[in-house]
Amino acid sequence: MTRHIPWILIAIVGAVALSVVAVSRGETVNALWIVVAAVSSFLVAYRYYALYIARHVMRLDPSRPTPAIRRADGLDYVATDRTVLFGHHFAAIAGAGPLVGPVLAAQMGYLPGTLWIIAGVVLAGAVQDFLILFISMRRDGKSLGELIRMEMGQVAGTIALFGAFMIMVIILAVLALIVVKALAESPWGMFTVAATVPLAMIMGAYTRWIRPGRIGEVSLLGLIGLIAAIVYGQSIAQSPVWGPVFTFTPVQLCWILIGYGAVASVLPVWLLLAPRDYLSTFLKIGAIAALAVGIVIMAPPLKMHAVTQFASGNGPVWAGGLFPFLFITIACGAVSGFHALISSGTTPKLIASEAHAPIIGYGAMLMEAFVAIMALVGASILDPGIYFTMNSPAAVIGKDAASAAAAVTAMGFPISPDLILQTAKDVGEHSIISRAGGAPTLAVAMAEIFSHVIGGPAMKAFWYHFAILFEALFILTAVDAGTRAGRFMLQDLIALAVPGFKDNRSMAPGIVATALTVAAWGFFLYQGVTDPLGGVNTLWPVFGISNQMLAAIALMLGTAVLFRMKRDRFAWVTIVPAAWLLICTLSAGWLKLFSADAKVGFLAHAAKFGAAADRGEVLAPARSMAEMEAIIFNDRVDAGLVAIFLFVVLAVLFFTVRTCLAARKAAAPTAREIPAQLVPAE
Amino acid sequence: MSLFLQKLRQMARMMVGVPDYDSYLRHMREHHPGHAPMDRIAFFRERQEARYGGKNGGKCC
Repeated sequence: MTRHIPWILIAIVGAVALSVVAVSRGETVNALWIVVAAVSSFLVAYRYYALYIARHVMRLDPSRPTPAIRRADGLDYVATDRTVLFGHHFAAIAGAGPLVGPVLAAQMGYLPGTLWIIAGVVLAGAVQDFLILFISMRRDGKSLGELIRMEMGQVAGTIALFGAFMIMVIILAVLALIVVKALAESPWGMFTVAATVPLAMIMGAYTRWIRPGRIGEVSLLGLIGLIAAIVYGQSIAQSPVWGPVFTFTPVQLCWILIGYGAVASVLPVWLLLAPRDYLSTFLKIGAIAALAVGIVIMAPPLKMHAVTQFASGNGPVWAGGLFPFLFITIACGAVSGFHALISSGTTPKLIASEAHAPIIGYGAMLMEAFVAIMALVGASILDPGIYFTMNSPAAVIGKDAASAAAAVTAMGFPISPDLILQTAKDVGEHSIISRAGGAPTLAVAMAEIFSHVIGGPAMKAFWYHFAILFEALFILTAVDAGTRAGRFMLQDLIALAVPGFKDNRSMAPGIVATALTVAAWGFFLYQGVTDPLGGVNTLWPVFGISNQMLAAIALMLGTAVLFRMKRDRFAWVTIVPAAWLLICTLSAGWLKLFSADAKVGFLAHAAKFGAAADRGEVLAPARSMAEMEAIIFNDRVDAGLVAIFLFVVLAVLFFTVRTCLAARKAAAPTAREIPAQLVPAE
Repeated sequence: MSLFLQKLRQMARMMVGVPDYDSYLRHMREHHPGHAPMDRIAFFRERQEARYGGKNGGKCC
């Protein structure tokens, strides 16, 4: 009993902190309460729920050889130290998602987002990562698609693979859109990010020929280069000659990114992708750690309201009410389907013992939720007036400080035009109005926190551009790596119809598949960039729906496997979160398709514009009949996409139910695990 | 302390997909004594290609 006492104390601390966050109204709440509430919830959840799953649901067996033992080759399959592997896994799952979603969700206030992140990760997100790791670990480290094929049949596997490809396309488009939003009309930001390309190539040459394999050394050189780029970026931006050279409109940037994605993804990996991945990975880990330390030192008060009036819908940042849209807006950080691809990727091939699975599968996801909590804190310590100025579309608040201040004040968040101008000046930008996408807002918050700790107000502009660079850097790495991954997924899919398309000896299939992948995400990127409502409005919900659907698919796979293991009575562990995600995504998908509100439903929006076009009328924000046609076309494509996602998830649901029913009839376990007693290979 | 630093270094390298070279050598010595192992540079290049070649499903959002 005494061993439970520290945990009971942590639980009490967490409950107190959570009630302070939830109950306080009117008086300001310190951000540390949220941090304490989250950390204590995570610790208790890990100690009790993760271990419950490990002991009773999975019945982990430390004596059972993992793939890293059975198939050890010193390369892909390596029994890796637990702490080292935790770092590897965390670096692979944490990306831009947990930083962006919570910032966008802050429009409803900090409370709904906080509660969903904590509950979501404990009951859904971490369970998913842990379970997929477990399933893959017992099957030689096979990938999600292969696992679904093994346990639920060929058709289910192919449908899931196709769904995963579409999700990849949307992720790439939305990530690229965030970069566009952050770099448009910002010569300082653009210069620093552009400078990373030659910088990475120099690093690539260094690791290729001069000092091969010296990752630490070359990363340090790269970091010095990055800091120089940020410092010189200011003079470049102010120069009358160079300033305009690095100033791009969103549409120009869109084409630059599409071209970049196409070229970068066919270059040799050592030249650009690998060295930039070193920089972005270490910078990401460093920035996350610095943010945590900064928040603790600064202990900022929360300025955002606990719950704003936008919780009932009609928010300027994204449309739709708290249910279901909050639960798809914060995807990564609470639950992210994409992690199922990582948990069935390299990690299961590296894990040394089944006993390490809880800390790596469940623990690393808790850590990502902590990152999401910090992003939410970042957005909530800003003046709400600034937050809504930065995140509302220009169609709502206009383009200059006076109109924005008036519109945001009218929403109930008083702000003066001077404060808007001053904030822009502090961070060294021309304007901060309508910079949705999360990255700029978070960068302002990070500048606030970092400059409090180091450098004071004079350093704000440096820290802002440091934060933008850090986000843009790993998003561009993801665009590059994602295009390559999408290409192989597409080759696998096309090869089902055209045998030989997987053949890597001839160049053509690779080039065709790369071009198709870039065209696919480029289409949605262009649509988002030219969207008068700012694009994030449209694309982020589609991304959220797709990501949560992948999570639902992963949890359904988990359910099917538990049934096939004859552990039905524990299957609630996956059925509860899977059902919740199905309810959220199916109703969000349904609303996105059929809602009569043109702000929410794609088809209603298309109908509204179609009717106007028939009358020969041009509706704002379109300025011509051609733009009207484009809007209608985009709506229909988006609706088609959502319909595809709905079909994919319903199909997998069908196969899951079928598999579970069949498993219940069977007398013995039917799950296709690698038997425990098999002697190691060789 | 040196053990801690060594672990930190291993973790940083594993974050970008490069496993420990000495473990690889040990594996080759124990299981494939007949085969010549890759040298440090070839090992690094092989791992780089394996991580970024695209077959690994890319990184997360």
